Amino acid sequence: MTINWRRFLLIGIPMIWLLVFFLMPFFIVLKISLSDMATAMPPYTPNYTPEAGIQGMVNLWQAFDLENFIWLLEDNIYWLSYLSSLQIALVSTLFTLLLGYPIAYALARSPEKWRGLLVLMIILPFWTSFLIRVYSWIGILKTEGFLNHFLLWLGVIDTPLAMINTNFAVYIGIVYSYLPFMVLPLYAALEKMDDSLIEAALDLGTTRLGAFWQVTFPLSLPGIVAGCFLVFIPAMGEFVIPDLLGGSETLMIGKTLWGEFFSNRDWPVASAVAIVLLMLLVIPILLFQRQQEKAQEAAS
Amino acid sequence: MNQKRFTWFNATSLTFGFVFLYLPIMLLIIYSFNDSKLVTVWGGFSTRWYTALFQNESFMNAAWVTFKVAVLSATIATVLGTLAALVLTRAGKFRGRMLFSGMVYSPLVMPEVITGLSLLLLFVAIGWDRGFWTITIAHVTFSMCYVAVVVSSRLISFDRSLEEAALDLGCNPFNAFMQVTLPIIMPAVVAAWLLAFTLSLDDLVIASFTSGPGATTLPMKIYSQVRLGLKPEINALSTLLIVAVSVGVIAASLIAKRAEQVRARSGDG
Repeated sequence: MTINWRRFLLIGIPMIWLLVFFLMPFFIVLKISLSDMATAMPPYTPNYTPEAGIQGMVNLWQAFDLENFIWLLEDNIYWLSYLSSLQIALVSTLFTLLLGYPIAYALARSPEKWRGLLVLMIILPFWTSFLIRVYSWIGILKTEGFLNHFLLWLGVIDTPLAMINTNFAVYIGIVYSYLPFMVLPLYAALEKMDDSLIEAALDLGTTRLGAFWQVTFPLSLPGIVAGCFLVFIPAMGEFVIPDLLGGSETLMIGKTLWGEFFSNRDWPVASAVAIVLLMLLVIPILLFQRQQEKAQEAAS
Repeated sequence: MNQKRFTWFNATSLTFGFVFLYLPIMLLIIYSFNDSKLVTVWGGFSTRWYTALFQNESFMNAAWVTFKVAVLSATIATVLGTLAALVLTRAGKFRGRMLFSGMVYSPLVMPEVITGLSLLLLFVAIGWDRGFWTITIAHVTFSMCYVAVVVSSRLISFDRSLEEAALDLGCNPFNAFMQVTLPIIMPAVVAAWLLAFTLSLDDLVIASFTSGPGATTLPMKIYSQVRLGLKPEINALSTLLIVAVSVGVIAASLIAKRAEQVRARSGDG
């Protein structure tokens, strides 16, 4: 009996914390997304309180509407931000993969005694503040910034390029900030690989490139999938990068939500934006979780 | 034997990758010693922005708040996250396991704006004053999941027969954990604490949602300055943070490596 009691505590403590501070908040967001905005604090009308009893429930049912969600459909800005977030996240995930793959490949093939140091060097920037890393690009990309100075000096361009406050700057920001999230799972997949498989392929007459596409690449697929999820999902809701590097025409849903909440003080609409974003991400998040579970099972 | 060496292709991609990763940070650090107020134009060497920074009381206050939140939230998150890792790797099947693992893995990829908004609405709904404690709770919630992932990967890879031996010899599960399992997974637990600490130190979005008047963290302070353009003081502050974190991470990894070597040697002998 005592063992069961311990087991109960072991599971119970983290479970309750996550239920209260992770799961329950989502239901509150859902509830508030269905309420109306009010100029009070908190700035939304309560939709149901236990004191109202049955009559309260009837009133609630009669007043039930998806007003905030209809609002999201009617106003172009919202679905344009969803589409634009999707596009920005997809393009930057692709670029992160294209840049991250050769790095991970080179890490996995580097001499053993260097590898620990090289991996540490990839991880190190990830430990330094995200905000600072994004900030560092403002100085590089702005009109009188380092990159324009350099290109003018080289004579490649005559007039400074407008790079800051464009989607281009947002792509760079996302690729730069999320690169370690792509490189590490790829490295983990490539490092486990058995070299004799490639040797076998070469012995059987494949070219080096053929061996890569037929052996290395398929075996690294789990790493590619994990890396893409780790970049794509957070990039979809990114706020700091589009806010600091993007311009007024850069629409991203994280930025829209932040504006609804902090500038317009419209908590119900901000909640509705969050619910829609969550619904769009539920499938990738579940797939990611399934993949993590599988990796966990395979390892144990 | 296949002796691995750098090929030109691999050396090029690594060099390119490292230049891309480090050049922006290097420029930031170099220009924090710039005498000119214009951040991207070199005007001679100076440490005046560091002096200005230390004289700025609001930065110092924000730094102290951030530090307290980070230490406290990392500590609680390490305890909760280690428990969660034990559940994931040792508890076997139980009702709600799917839900549990879902709640552990999904915060890793959850957009920060959603986590921040949802926690804020929770705190408003239960009527808690926002400030130091609400930021701490919010940070515990997302960083415990990172702790769980780091610690559970260590728990998976080690030899369970040691734990089983302790149990066979009459240890109760709690003592077996404290005397056998915990010392073995200690490097991972320390790494997880450091990770939780830096995650908390870094966070802007969740802190902005969950903080109230009187509790401003350093990232919130930096953000409000950076929005107005480049500031040499921010370069100085960033340099200090980068140096502090880098020294911490490098020291921790050296210590971990030393411990690993000692263990390997005693294992051989």
